[in-house]
Amino acid sequence: MFCKTLRPLAGALAMSSALAGVQAMADGHAIDLEGKTVEWIIPFSETGGSAKWANFYAPLLSEALPGNPTVVVTFMPGAGSTKGANHFQGLKYEDGTTIFGSSGSTQFPYLLSDPRVRYEYGDWNVVLASGTGGVSYLPADLAGRLGDGGDASPLAGEDFIYGSQGATRLDLVPLLAWEMLGLQVEPVFGIEGRGDGRLMFERGEANIDYQTSSSFLSGVTPLVEAGTAVPWFSFGSLDADGNIVRDPTFPDMPSFKEVCEATEGCATEGEQWDAWKAFFVAGFPAQKMVFLPAGAPDAAIATFTEAFEAVQARADFAEISEKRLGVYPQLTGAAAQTALDSATQVPQEAKDFVINWLSDRYGVVLK
Amino acid sequence: MEVFATALPALNDAFGMILQPHVIGYLILGVVMGLCIGVFPGLGGIAGLSLLLPFMFGMEPVTGLALMIGMVAVVPTSDTFASVLMGIPGSSASQATVLDGFPMAKKGQAARALSAAFASSLFGGLVGAAFLTVFILAARPIVLLFQTPELLMITIFGLSMVGILAGRVALKGLVAACLGILVGTIGEGASSGALRMSSYDMPYLVDGLKLVIVGLGIFAIPEIVALLRQDKAISDRAPLGGGWLSGVKDWWANKWLSMRCSLIGVVVGVIPGLGGSVVDWIAYGHTVQTAKDKSQFGSGDVRGVIGPESSNNAKEGGGLVPTLLFGIPGSGSMAIFISAVALLGSGSIEVGPSMLKNNLDFTYTIVWLLALANVVGTIICICASGGIARLTSIRFALLAPFLFMIISFAAFQSRQEIWDLVALFGIGLLGILMRRFDWSRPAFLIGFVLSAPAERYTNQAYQIGASRFRRSFEDGLEYVFSPIVIVLIIITLISVVIGLRQAKNIQAEGAVASGSKRAPLIFLLAVTGYIGLAYWNSAIIPDFARMDRVFPVFVATVALVGCALLLVQMMLKPETNAVFADREAQEADVNTHGLWGTLAWFASLLVASALGGFILALAGFLLLFIRLRAGKSWAFAAAYTGIGILFICGMAATLGRDFPPGLLQSHVDLPWPLT
Repeated sequence: MFCKTLRPLAGALAMSSALAGVQAMADGHAIDLEGKTVEWIIPFSETGGSAKWANFYAPLLSEALPGNPTVVVTFMPGAGSTKGANHFQGLKYEDGTTIFGSSGSTQFPYLLSDPRVRYEYGDWNVVLASGTGGVSYLPADLAGRLGDGGDASPLAGEDFIYGSQGATRLDLVPLLAWEMLGLQVEPVFGIEGRGDGRLMFERGEANIDYQTSSSFLSGVTPLVEAGTAVPWFSFGSLDADGNIVRDPTFPDMPSFKEVCEATEGCATEGEQWDAWKAFFVAGFPAQKMVFLPAGAPDAAIATFTEAFEAVQARADFAEISEKRLGVYPQLTGAAAQTALDSATQVPQEAKDFVINWLSDRYGVVLK
Repeated sequence: MEVFATALPALNDAFGMILQPHVIGYLILGVVMGLCIGVFPGLGGIAGLSLLLPFMFGMEPVTGLALMIGMVAVVPTSDTFASVLMGIPGSSASQATVLDGFPMAKKGQAARALSAAFASSLFGGLVGAAFLTVFILAARPIVLLFQTPELLMITIFGLSMVGILAGRVALKGLVAACLGILVGTIGEGASSGALRMSSYDMPYLVDGLKLVIVGLGIFAIPEIVALLRQDKAISDRAPLGGGWLSGVKDWWANKWLSMRCSLIGVVVGVIPGLGGSVVDWIAYGHTVQTAKDKSQFGSGDVRGVIGPESSNNAKEGGGLVPTLLFGIPGSGSMAIFISAVALLGSGSIEVGPSMLKNNLDFTYTIVWLLALANVVGTIICICASGGIARLTSIRFALLAPFLFMIISFAAFQSRQEIWDLVALFGIGLLGILMRRFDWSRPAFLIGFVLSAPAERYTNQAYQIGASRFRRSFEDGLEYVFSPIVIVLIIITLISVVIGLRQAKNIQAEGAVASGSKRAPLIFLLAVTGYIGLAYWNSAIIPDFARMDRVFPVFVATVALVGCALLLVQMMLKPETNAVFADREAQEADVNTHGLWGTLAWFASLLVASALGGFILALAGFLLLFIRLRAGKSWAFAAAYTGIGILFICGMAATLGRDFPPGLLQSHVDLPWPLT
């Protein structure tokens, strides 16, 4: 099906990894990928966040896998990532040379019963789950009107414009959050990436926005320093018991939960909150995952799991990953499985709530 | 003065970084790789950059940048070869070059056209870099002035170029442009995701058609088929001597035109959101409007090459502004560029707002590496142009199968499905008919390219404008009619008026005689039928997704009125009128092969690919075509086939691509490349 290319990697890089490979083989359960090419399917174009993420990991993974196979990132964009995912669903495990990188945009159509979805997360084998967070921010003048603890009540009458990629995408999480806070936010659809949304904010056309953590750090921090943007809240992060706490990347920012508690009319329990939390968990703490196809043997899963563990054990991992991925857990093994479960096994009530809300509020009918 | 105080030391550091032997060496390596990829139509910088990406990790930032920029910078230079020599737009940057460059090649002036194009490219690249060096410091607030209404007006200005390129019958040009826009709306609407002229049962169309396919289909296939039918070489006379020097002289004689078009290129390239796909058309329109003698445009006026080529390299420099300043890629290759810089700097250099403040020297390094890559690339291209221009004297029947192989491969990069080839064939057929009946293909392409931005900005400006008006009437008015918008409206109006007055003299695709009434009428009815269908299809989009309905319904209505007026004209006018233009009548004596017979060759390649996969089908196609159509010996045909297959496999292997599988492959597992 796929072309197998040999692409030599910078030789010096290969050395440090030999150790990891030897260890895995010593356990006698590893698969050897020497001389092979691992194809990493990304269901998006070369230009998105998933491409950045995969391009970050690919050379490191190549070093860490036994036999140092070449790792090639293949882009298969289309139909909001469902095309690539459907393709991957059709593949059977052969020799461990095909892996798949999913994103929140692959998870959401799955949860919302999008008619294009022909894939089943339950069939796949997760070997890595990368989390991220999100930050909502405002122009300085509007942020100045916020009440104590980020109380949104004073902004109730304001007309908000938000540049959105579509209500069924990850944007669902901030849109629902703002609605819970009583804001009137009109999403302007049709922008092509969150970067375009930020540009719309910078031009003064949009007056509310959110960015994922890494984009916030690189794109919005300079605006905050210049005084044109003020961070409002982060979506938060999950603690070990599944509670929403402050995002460790932004310890000084209140979480959405705190802001919601400070705002009258916003409840941190009940149907709406549960739905928001379920979709937040599906979209952010386990946003990007790496899978082996259906039918992968334990040896293959263990090999890739160990490889990703070895990548994170690198002495320089914290340094090189901080700027590009943010300070978020990169989960493997049982932790990755737990993350996958919480991201894809959303209670039916939450799904129903969001599906109804989408059709009432935005006229989106998923049929 | 303050500006210079920050700029000069940084500029000095930048040159210190660039002018090292190993940096220059990597730059040249990148340029050569870029040339090898750019020469083949449809394979732009994206393919090349993805190829480089795995090597980037751990490279020293400046050398890695040199390699990458070398590659990106020469793509709009080297794609000129395909545009001029074959009439195939090598990439979106050189579509307008085809209009005059290819007729020049047909007249035996290929070398002259190429060297004029390269000289212009070089100049444009340098002007772009010089302009950016100063402008980049002040660019941020200026770029932010371009809000959605301004972007919409620039898009409309781009569409107004249709006026110049409409051809002899302005109405036909208008309908062609509307048809292009409607083809551009196929797929999922950007606003509410409503489906237009597609369904989830046919997933291919849901994402819409890609520019590569439409560009190749509308320009390349009709030209290849037309040349094949005449069964001779591209150039109908012996190449003129002293080729390349005269091209450079042409450029020198038009240096001010080149300067103006370079500035157009930088300025349009700077504005994020539009990308570079209209720059060359705007430059072409400007060239035509400002020329005194317009009679030769479309049949080989060298100024028609100089204008667009000056702008398209300058645009690459301009495109760096949104990329570096805002972290927003102006094009697909720029997006990969961003992630590659992240790989290079290991996180310490992040493309985006902080780039200017913290890494100004680095920014200048990028700008001037780009300029230097242009110089190196141009010198190599000019040296090569004399030799490559000889391709035009080869008998076309020997060249065509090879070209068809390349454009099929390029089209297939769009979605990597057999449907890519079907779409290419379908659009190609439309292109052939439009060429035959003298419907403006440039107008169609401009419509297609600007369809998505026109719809997006209309909807967004409407939504944001409505919100501003709710706040207060003055607020709304100020937003919609900013000074920039008013200036753009005036420029557009002037351009339309001038364009309409001159359109009759400008035949972007040469003169066409008229034939009988029947064939042109049938084509018009077919076009009307499609537009009617598109109208009905979008009119039934329900109310909750009305944002996806308004635009196609509006465009289809305009087009239907145009079609109706054309029908009336056809009923009233005699058959010698331009409205009945038909190339079949004109070229009847030079065509040695029928249209349908020639097309059947390509249709059979398509069908065979669907059955046995692309490589098997291609092998059969090459062998039989060379033996039967070109009349060469079996031994020659076999050798040709072997080389062709080897070449395409080599290319696919380096780029890491597969070929479209057919029915056979779904039953039998075959080794690559037969998969």
